[in-house]
Amino acid sequence: MGRAWKFGDDVDTDVIIPARYLYTHDPRVLAAHCLEVADPEFPARVRPGDVVVAGRNFGCGSSREHAPRALQACGVAAVVAASFARIFFRNAVNLGLLLVESEEAVERVRSGEQIEIDEEEGLLRLSSGETIPVRFPAGAAADVQRAGGLVEYVRKRLAARAGSAGGYCSEGAMGRE
Amino acid sequence: MARPMTAAEKILAAHAGREQVEPGETVWARVDWCLANDITAPLAIEQMRAMGCERVFDPGRIILVPDHFLPAKDIASAAQARVTREFAREQGIKHYYEVGRMGIEHALLPELGILRPGDLLVGADSHTCTCGALGVFATGVGSTDLACAMALGELWFRVPATVRVEFTGQLPRWVGGKDLALFLLSQLGTEGANYMALEFAGEAVAHLPLDGRLTLSNMAVEAGAKAGLVPAGEWQSDAGAQFAARYTWDVSALEPQVARPYSPADVVPVREVAGTPVDQVVIGSCTNGRYWDLAVAAEILAGRKVHPRVRLIVIPATQDVYRRALQAGFIEVFLEAGAAVSTPTCGPCLGGHMGVLAEGEVCVATTNRNFRGRMGHPESRVYLAGPAVAAATAVAGCIAHPEEVIGGGPHRG
Repeated sequence: MGRAWKFGDDVDTDVIIPARYLYTHDPRVLAAHCLEVADPEFPARVRPGDVVVAGRNFGCGSSREHAPRALQACGVAAVVAASFARIFFRNAVNLGLLLVESEEAVERVRSGEQIEIDEEEGLLRLSSGETIPVRFPAGAAADVQRAGGLVEYVRKRLAARAGSAGGYCSEGAMGRE
Repeated sequence: MARPMTAAEKILAAHAGREQVEPGETVWARVDWCLANDITAPLAIEQMRAMGCERVFDPGRIILVPDHFLPAKDIASAAQARVTREFAREQGIKHYYEVGRMGIEHALLPELGILRPGDLLVGADSHTCTCGALGVFATGVGSTDLACAMALGELWFRVPATVRVEFTGQLPRWVGGKDLALFLLSQLGTEGANYMALEFAGEAVAHLPLDGRLTLSNMAVEAGAKAGLVPAGEWQSDAGAQFAARYTWDVSALEPQVARPYSPADVVPVREVAGTPVDQVVIGSCTNGRYWDLAVAAEILAGRKVHPRVRLIVIPATQDVYRRALQAGFIEVFLEAGAAVSTPTCGPCLGGHMGVLAEGEVCVATTNRNFRGRMGHPESRVYLAGPAVAAATAVAGCIAHPEEVIGGGPHRG
């Protein structure tokens, strides 16, 4: 997949993409400044397929969807963290950015190490070949991801609504938000 | 016999068309109100169109407030604001508030008088939780979520567990909603209420002015919370409702609280950081830019001058707050003291404009976040405090307890 870029706990959305760049959602602008507060080298050196690995409460702070968009614009393939803040979690799921939860992975992955995430097997593979079990979004979040993001999900809902009489929707149990 | 529910569960159940809901389950619920600003609305509009939706579900239920980079700070911000403005016109959005008639969204909403206890409000801004103080289930979401809500009039919600927080006793002088919020953050941490609803109660909360309760609910998100409810009207938690945790704190002896850089949960009593020199003080924002905040600041600044080394920027949160502060004589006090007074804007809170910090500068702000780089240069430092400490600091030139400035406290007899 790509190299791991390690960060600490409480990486907030102002660090992921400072508000002074929110005059636009142009991916080139977001990519040029993504995580520069935490690591000024990151925007220039990150490569498509790389993975951000962080501690607890990744994405805390503002609701700005520009945060997962900035990571996607840099080519970040996934974020591995011990836990995610609520709104960032929703935004990433809605946009189809892969999120992976695992305390063990956060502890064991070394900065710069080549890692792979196996969604089928629910595993993260270290460069040594060793594997670590990881968690992915479940329930509703997984439904939205499977649909290709919330935009596609709603497109289908609207189409179904146009096709039938519409009415109240109740989609059964969904996962963590 | 129905299972007793918390206020948050009751509101979500009612909007999901269900008898009851349980924490952890996910429901699609009808939303009463959709809120967005000049930064988040353009993205939501783009996503709504990508969903194949041409018209919002109800133009009377969408609230658009260009407040972050307005009055436009540069050409790009002006262009973003125009996207929002044109959408409002095209869709016939009833609640669109233009510069000169607007306010910071979370301060403006309570003034509009359209929200009722038990309503469900989603806003593409994390501080949407502010209106929890009105008994509204109000929660921040991203732009794509908001696009879904604007298109369908519904959104999916995971029913949060509720944490009940009771503040008992009587708050000392100079201690208010901000100090309760910061104290709570010192206890829960920045992740302590992640995915949960906070419910506030107790004598100290009941005795706060509404402005102070709005401040308390405003910062619920800083603990990760999905909502910060002060239950109102018939939307109360049932006797026997299950809480994920219950905390009771007697705040009769609480000192004014200050959050140190770079976390809103790195909180200490003001005396631990007293004497720290500052370059700038900001009084305003969705957290502390309301009438009572300005009243407290004016009480301390009356007849005093801002320290020569300090820039004091006061930003009434809405036009109405501005007018009332003018009528009460507060604006005159601020100008006499040597403060800059601005039209309503989120501006400096997020390092946008109207008070961005240079490298190495130190600021005391009544805002809500002091993350690295939040108000400007990554090497600037922001301390969060209530309006009393902020005003006292502006006079003293360094972080100060209000009593040190106003006298009558323990230091001056």
